[in-house]
Amino acid sequence: MFEYSPAPEAVRPDIREHYGLFVDGKFVDAEDGSTFKSVNPATEETLFTVAEAGEADVASAVAAARRAFETVWGPMSGAERGKYLFRIARLLQERSREFAVAESIDNGKPIKETRDFDVPTAAQHFFYHAGWADKLDYAGLGPDPRPLGVVGQVIPWNFPLLMLAWKIAPALACGNTTVLKPAETTPLTALMFAELCQEAELPPGVVNILPGAGATGAALVHSPVDKIAFTGSTAVGRSIAKAVAGSKKRLTLELGGKAANIVYDDAPIDQAVEGVVNGIFFNQGHVCCAGSRLLVQESIAEDVLERLKDRVATLRVGDPLDKNTDVGAINSAEQLTRIEALAETGAADGAEAWQPECELPERGFWFRPTVFTGVQQSMRIAREEIFGPVLSVLTFRTPDEAIAKANNTPYGLSAGVWTEQGSKILWTAERLRAGVVWANTFNRFDAASPFGGLKESGYGREGGRQGLEAYLNV
Amino acid sequence: MSEQSKPKRTGSKRAAAPARLRVKKTYKLYVGGKFPRSESGRSYAVTGPDGAELANAALASRKDARDAVAAARKAQRPWAGQTAYLRGQILYRAAEMLEGRAGQFAEELAEATGAEPHAALGTVEAAVDRLVHYAGWTDKVASVLGGANPVAGPYFNHTKPEPLGVVAVVAPQDDPLLGLVEAVAPVVATGNTAVVVASEDRPLPAMSFAEVLATSDLPGGVVNLLSGKVAEIAPHLASHADVNGVDLGGVGDEALAAELEAAAAGTLKVVRRPGAGGSSLDRVRRWVEYKTVWHPAGMAAGVGGGY
Repeated sequence: MFEYSPAPEAVRPDIREHYGLFVDGKFVDAEDGSTFKSVNPATEETLFTVAEAGEADVASAVAAARRAFETVWGPMSGAERGKYLFRIARLLQERSREFAVAESIDNGKPIKETRDFDVPTAAQHFFYHAGWADKLDYAGLGPDPRPLGVVGQVIPWNFPLLMLAWKIAPALACGNTTVLKPAETTPLTALMFAELCQEAELPPGVVNILPGAGATGAALVHSPVDKIAFTGSTAVGRSIAKAVAGSKKRLTLELGGKAANIVYDDAPIDQAVEGVVNGIFFNQGHVCCAGSRLLVQESIAEDVLERLKDRVATLRVGDPLDKNTDVGAINSAEQLTRIEALAETGAADGAEAWQPECELPERGFWFRPTVFTGVQQSMRIAREEIFGPVLSVLTFRTPDEAIAKANNTPYGLSAGVWTEQGSKILWTAERLRAGVVWANTFNRFDAASPFGGLKESGYGREGGRQGLEAYLNV
Repeated sequence: MSEQSKPKRTGSKRAAAPARLRVKKTYKLYVGGKFPRSESGRSYAVTGPDGAELANAALASRKDARDAVAAARKAQRPWAGQTAYLRGQILYRAAEMLEGRAGQFAEELAEATGAEPHAALGTVEAAVDRLVHYAGWTDKVASVLGGANPVAGPYFNHTKPEPLGVVAVVAPQDDPLLGLVEAVAPVVATGNTAVVVASEDRPLPAMSFAEVLATSDLPGGVVNLLSGKVAEIAPHLASHADVNGVDLGGVGDEALAAELEAAAAGTLKVVRRPGAGGSSLDRVRRWVEYKTVWHPAGMAAGVGGGY
């Protein structure tokens, strides 16, 4: 492995010492004065303090969103709404490096990913949905689709800005106004986005950002919004679905996953190995659609594993702001504890753990890329979402067995299949119970491509024509 | 358990025996293509709007509901695996069978609901027409709801609607035939299978409709019909882990509907709330999931991440 000199990203965004809630176009402190800190997971240093929204703040944000819906955003023509969204997309592109660095600092993910994936894809989402705003009649959802009103949106910490874009862009394009709660460990880019809304002269109340933790989210779910959109864990998604039962609130959920990545014996092995590595170690494995179960055909398992370990050994783990870093910091101490606990069950259940020898920084939250072999379907590491850089390897003999094992999970978000045989790809994709199937690739995302799961991975799609349905009364 | 029958409903006022004794039908459940009685051995008396007793219906139990889900699950994959063209022909065949027996269904419906014979016949004909309508949807849904996605990269990417799986339907209470057809046809058109709780007080037209389905080349288990108490059966269906969607269209009691929706949240089922309207496409769309498949296009397409 080559020795690389440090290549630190030079741009430093202007991070304020304190951020308020963004309500009705202005930054305000929480009514009860609550605040919390956001920590850089790579250094454990406090980055800034931020107001924590309580019930009263949720009420005023929802009221502001309602006013904006009734007086400005609802009556506005689709073409004009679209122009605001185009403007936001352009501003995001202009300020992309600033957002990318901020995201790396607040989240712990490598600058390479925020720079090349998170921020550009977020901008694309606004640009794509901007174009829909005056074309909703042609979305195939009926002759006169109407907005729902005020939507409450709760997003996770793994792709803070991108998840915000997935939520806000379609909601606004469809004529709704929004109250969004970013995750408590990663509020920074959402608050910078609020500043960007000011810069774009978006009418006050159309977008409201309420940082906070679970209690803030629960208050939002119980507030008089017309719809809840949630991305996060299946456990929380289930409790939200129970909470809205019997109400008129609409709901879409993008929840957990335990994706199988199937490698057949006729796969292009080097490409497959690259895809398997990308599938599980992208974003430190903090990906709901991560390919966390490798299903490799028995006849090639030894060869694949050897090449896989060779490849994983070259991953650079460390400083998220170094442009050569492949795997950054785990997002929080809490998440690190969860990953460690689940990884321990793997060893205790009899699976064999392998990790590359790589040095980890002294401070911050880190977990080495880990490959478990000898994994049985009954083990917790094969069943539960670890949400970390941990791959469980299982084998199969026949395509039918691969399908049975792949589908043997309550989740159904994504899956991968690797083979050079076209008909086998289609045969496999047809049988996989997953909302997204990547064939000879993995972890591809696009504003034009609907994303979302089946079974206990939730319902509703984000992106594409199908994603509009989540924000329209048809 | 069964409330045994009281005086005969149809009024032969003659004291003497009729010249020919009418052969009455025993109404049973329809599960897995067969017509079993309730495993519980229970039945309940069904009356017309004037209180006259019409017949006994099987009073389905939790076990019957579970058997029906098992039958629906077993039938789902093969049903979804049939071509859309064939599913369309089978639904059309059901329309043909219903048309052929329109007179009988009109009579049964008039007895069940008190509708005028002419109006009842109109309702049956409307049910036939709805079956024909949904028969036509089977091989168009994928092109209307799915398609190619123009992603910003060298990838072939397309989205296709797929059936959700097993859908439990609480059929409308006041519209025992047309309402049931309107609820069930969009479920099975796309390859789902259904477990249906018929109108509680007016189950007989639904249970006779099972005979139409059974003679339409519809594989056993694709539609399963239960008669009984909604409040007894529906909670088991709403919480059953092998059910993927729940149509609460026929649940009149708001508190029960909320309870059922909360139970359905346990395994994150798709729920159609009472009072949900919409076009036939809206109904079809409710019971599909979208699957999006990516594949690199062109030799230069990168497959890995940014590593």
